[in-house]
Amino acid sequence: MSVIAFLAQTLRIAIPYLLAAAGGVLSERAGLIGLTLEGYMLGGAFCAAVGSYAAGAPWVGVLAAIGGGGLLAMLYATSAIRFKADQVVIGIAINLLAIGLTRFFLRLIFDSSSNSPRVPGFEVKGAGTGFGALAQNPLVWIGVVIIPLVSWVLYRTPFGLRVRAVGEHPAAAASVGVPVMRVRYIAVALSGMIAGLGGAYLALDQHQFTDGMTAGRGFIALAAIIFGRWDPVRAGLACLLFAAAETLQIQLQGTQAIPSQFVEMIPYVLTIIALAGVVGRAVPPAALGKTTTE
Amino acid sequence: MTDMPWAIQLRGIEKRFGPVQANRGADLDVARGEIHALVGENGAGKSTLMRILSGLYAPNAGSMTVNGTVVTGWSTNEAIAAGVGMVHQHFMLVPTLTVAENVVLGCELTHGLALDKAGAERAVHDLSVRTGLAVPANRLVADLSVGEAQRVEILKTLYRGARILILDEPTAVLSPFEVRELWAVLRSLRDAGGTVVLITHKLDEVIDVSDSITVMRQGATVARMASAGATPQAIARAMVGRDVALALDAEYGGRAVSEVSAGPLLDVRNLNVSGGRRTAVVNDVSFSIAPGEILGIAGVEGNGQTELVEALAGLRPARGAIVLAGRDLVPLDVRARGDAGLSHVPEDRHERGLVLDYSVAENLILGQQHRFTRGATLDHERVAANAHELIARYDIRPADPTLPARALSGGNQQKIVVAREMARDFKVLLAAQPTRGVDVGAIEFIHARLREARDEGKAVLLVSADLAEVLALADRVAVMYGGRFVAVLPRSEATPDTLGPFMTGAENAA
Amino acid sequence: MNRAAIEEAVLPPLVALLLAAVVGDALILTYGQSPGAVYKLLLEGTWGNAYGLGQVLYKATTLVFTGLAVGLGLRAGLFNIGAESQLAAGGFCAALVGMLLPVGVPALLCLPIYVLAAAVGGGMVGAVPGVLKARFGAHEVIVTIMLNFIVLALLNYLTSAKVHVPDTLHTPELKSGALPRVGDMIASFHGSAANATIVLAIVAAVALGWFLFRTRAGFELRAVGLQARAAEYAGVNVASVTWRALAMSGAIAGLGGLNYVLGYKHYYEEGFATGAGFLGIAVALVGRNHPLGIVLAALLFATLSQGGLAVNALVPKQMVDVLQAVVILAVSTSVPEVRRLLRGVRGGQEK
Repeated sequence: MSVIAFLAQTLRIAIPYLLAAAGGVLSERAGLIGLTLEGYMLGGAFCAAVGSYAAGAPWVGVLAAIGGGGLLAMLYATSAIRFKADQVVIGIAINLLAIGLTRFFLRLIFDSSSNSPRVPGFEVKGAGTGFGALAQNPLVWIGVVIIPLVSWVLYRTPFGLRVRAVGEHPAAAASVGVPVMRVRYIAVALSGMIAGLGGAYLALDQHQFTDGMTAGRGFIALAAIIFGRWDPVRAGLACLLFAAAETLQIQLQGTQAIPSQFVEMIPYVLTIIALAGVVGRAVPPAALGKTTTE
Repeated sequence: MTDMPWAIQLRGIEKRFGPVQANRGADLDVARGEIHALVGENGAGKSTLMRILSGLYAPNAGSMTVNGTVVTGWSTNEAIAAGVGMVHQHFMLVPTLTVAENVVLGCELTHGLALDKAGAERAVHDLSVRTGLAVPANRLVADLSVGEAQRVEILKTLYRGARILILDEPTAVLSPFEVRELWAVLRSLRDAGGTVVLITHKLDEVIDVSDSITVMRQGATVARMASAGATPQAIARAMVGRDVALALDAEYGGRAVSEVSAGPLLDVRNLNVSGGRRTAVVNDVSFSIAPGEILGIAGVEGNGQTELVEALAGLRPARGAIVLAGRDLVPLDVRARGDAGLSHVPEDRHERGLVLDYSVAENLILGQQHRFTRGATLDHERVAANAHELIARYDIRPADPTLPARALSGGNQQKIVVAREMARDFKVLLAAQPTRGVDVGAIEFIHARLREARDEGKAVLLVSADLAEVLALADRVAVMYGGRFVAVLPRSEATPDTLGPFMTGAENAA
Repeated sequence: MNRAAIEEAVLPPLVALLLAAVVGDALILTYGQSPGAVYKLLLEGTWGNAYGLGQVLYKATTLVFTGLAVGLGLRAGLFNIGAESQLAAGGFCAALVGMLLPVGVPALLCLPIYVLAAAVGGGMVGAVPGVLKARFGAHEVIVTIMLNFIVLALLNYLTSAKVHVPDTLHTPELKSGALPRVGDMIASFHGSAANATIVLAIVAAVALGWFLFRTRAGFELRAVGLQARAAEYAGVNVASVTWRALAMSGAIAGLGGLNYVLGYKHYYEEGFATGAGFLGIAVALVGRNHPLGIVLAALLFATLSQGGLAVNALVPKQMVDVLQAVVILAVSTSVPEVRRLLRGVRGGQEK
């Protein structure tokens, strides 16, 4: 396999990670744990398949995915902010809910317990899996620009300043009139919409929804956020690193050089190492996961 | 507008937090262009009243007028827009943001969609030059000193155009030099037509800097007076409602060490505690306490007192020697130090001294749970018997051992801690801020217990931010400043006048 | 316990069940069925016959262990999301021991060995986040999540590459010491998976209750969970309690693996209890971290899970997945809300 093909494959695998991680950074920096990324992605993937199937157009699927991810995110935000529920508990509940709802509606709409029928994806002219094919998928472009975009929003805009403030010291933000709750709602909603796009990429790329198709990608994105120490650019680089490891694993398959399970572990092991602080400790936003009364 | 002299008029403000009534019918009149001191004991409702004025809380009843306009129940944003700014006791700064980012947060300068960072830094710099509040605009707040952080807080309010500045206990964390600087800034703000409300419970400050004074007690405003001609005694009387505070046994002369004994019960040599980034929070401290002696540590809070006590108790790693009745405590953990005869009333009962959701009975054995066991289990009969005895002896109310500690008043909570620590078999007592935030009755009770301990031949280390308390109890007074003991005086030589220069760092005898 | 405390403990689950019922009705109606008929079928298929009841008890047994594991962690202020992999590791270790034992050893003699193996397997997985938290302050939620993936991948490797029976994804059967099923003793339960591990689960619940509320170690552990700094002041070694609590939590989750390995199939199989670890969080939450509550909540969730299969003819069994999530959401949002309402703190009116 050529270097170009390797890089193209890495990018292809990285796109959903990049989207989910970009969304997750916004949520975590605002103080809400991104355990729910997996659920947003799964919901987004399902909505993308349904939208694309119903309208016969992938763009409708994309919009549906944004809506689906955003809706789950608002449920999460409402429970965590309005009702002050424990973020870890509802995070897990939202993921279970996404699994349950997609399964239920898979049966209801497509009468299947495993997958949807083939749905339209973005047209690719000419065969191949290289950059040429990737470049024709608009979601790839969104995935590529989302990290710099989120980074710009976070560090260069008033909204980003407020997100960083409410995730670090909500009482301080409130004391100067920053509407803490509203900033958090918006950050979480955005995170759901962006992560939902990651799910849409998966479903439209494979031209169908399959049960549990996100397969832990939301958690890999979360791992990338922590490994990247809550900075969007570093999180993006972590996504690429994890994707490269996966590409390598696919390349090595059959050679028996390293059992695939050990390659699968890489993102998680690196994240634990980062948290344990072997090479500079990863310090989360101070108000992450904390219920606030403002 | 100009013939309307009042900047602030509050009438009949009521505020409840659940069962707690923080403000009851509070009135406040502050004239334009004056420095007004709002004084009262801890828990008198000063901060709550000012948070209502600054829009953080809505009052349950009452009316608020600012510059002649009725503003009852306004929001923080409305308050800021009307030129009311508050500097909170606990800094409301985001440590991971820069000075400039903190200053503009909430009313950001923009350049198209983006933040105008250069503009913000320039604005902060200009303001800083104009007011004399020097701060580095592009540094992270986490890297600032306490004094610098407070200047950022004041700049924040001025940047928002504050003409009415509220400061909540601004001097608690400042060095004397920084306090003088702050007074100068506040006076120049006043002279430029600004209005300042200063929350404090330090009476010397009040008379020193303010033009007029309002006194609060138990949520209500009880007196208003001009500063010129006001005496500390008059203010104190209004604060506590009777003539106790300053009379707190101020006549106590202390006992000469030679009278009390031979060998020290507690001997501390060259104790050092490092505190994170900054080098030493306790710097080469040595002292000893004899049986039957109370050593009082005076000093502005934040000069290493907390760390010193925690290091002695085993809650914080330290270098040096700590010897209790001939026994080296350094290698011992918290529990073993307790068993060796060290009792500890911690400065923060809500965080350290009590498990608030545990019952009174459980809290009365906290730290001694290993003495109330039968095999692996707790012996509930002995726990209950202990509770009944201590509740009666220390008059803890309500006398119900099954209530969670959370349900008791501050004074009764503190009595639980004091009862527990004084009922155990001890030789040395560490009493850190033993009467903070408790009512006058409980203060008297706790002081009596401390004197009792002294009379029984125990050694007591008393740390208090309240100089009057130190002078009322101590046989010797040490002053801590910048992590060091800068002076140790016998009680007979210790007066506010002799101690003051040491507390403020102006003098150093050690 | 006074009346207010009981109301605070009991009302949220009731509110949650009510809400779950409403959502359930909506889903059932979406599918064009009558809620009454579905719920009737659900009850008949679970508590209405011995086989269904046996299946409920079997599922509840695993959930009691994972629920106790999560509950113990929460009492110490620690969130163990790793029950999923601890459960698997416990089952795997028990299966390994079962391969090594000689044939024909009496079950009562084997049992302590299996219990030890499962506890060690789960406990080791639990100790890792415990030590990382105690030593480095690494947040246990993230570490246990990451560890789930690592341990499951490792077990997948070990099973598929080292110890599986050819053409299957499971280990060889235990040589000795399998526990009897309920169906062996009461004929009407025949075919159901319920087995003697139930007794172990009840013993574990009672023992944990005694430990938490009667012993000095439990007193100190709960103090750490409520106010770590006060516990530190009281001479408790917080770091040590932290890693011990997580190791113990992992060990209890690991014991849950016995239900399948020792009581049901007699071998370890990949994914033998997928989701039981996460449901343990729901069980602990609904059971308010109290052993008795946890046992009741385990029965509730097991009923839902088995009930899904029972009603599959009328509505998709996946409806139950939704309902379980709704119960968690409703409980976790209503607990703080109900507490506020009951305590009447609403007068604060903070903005």
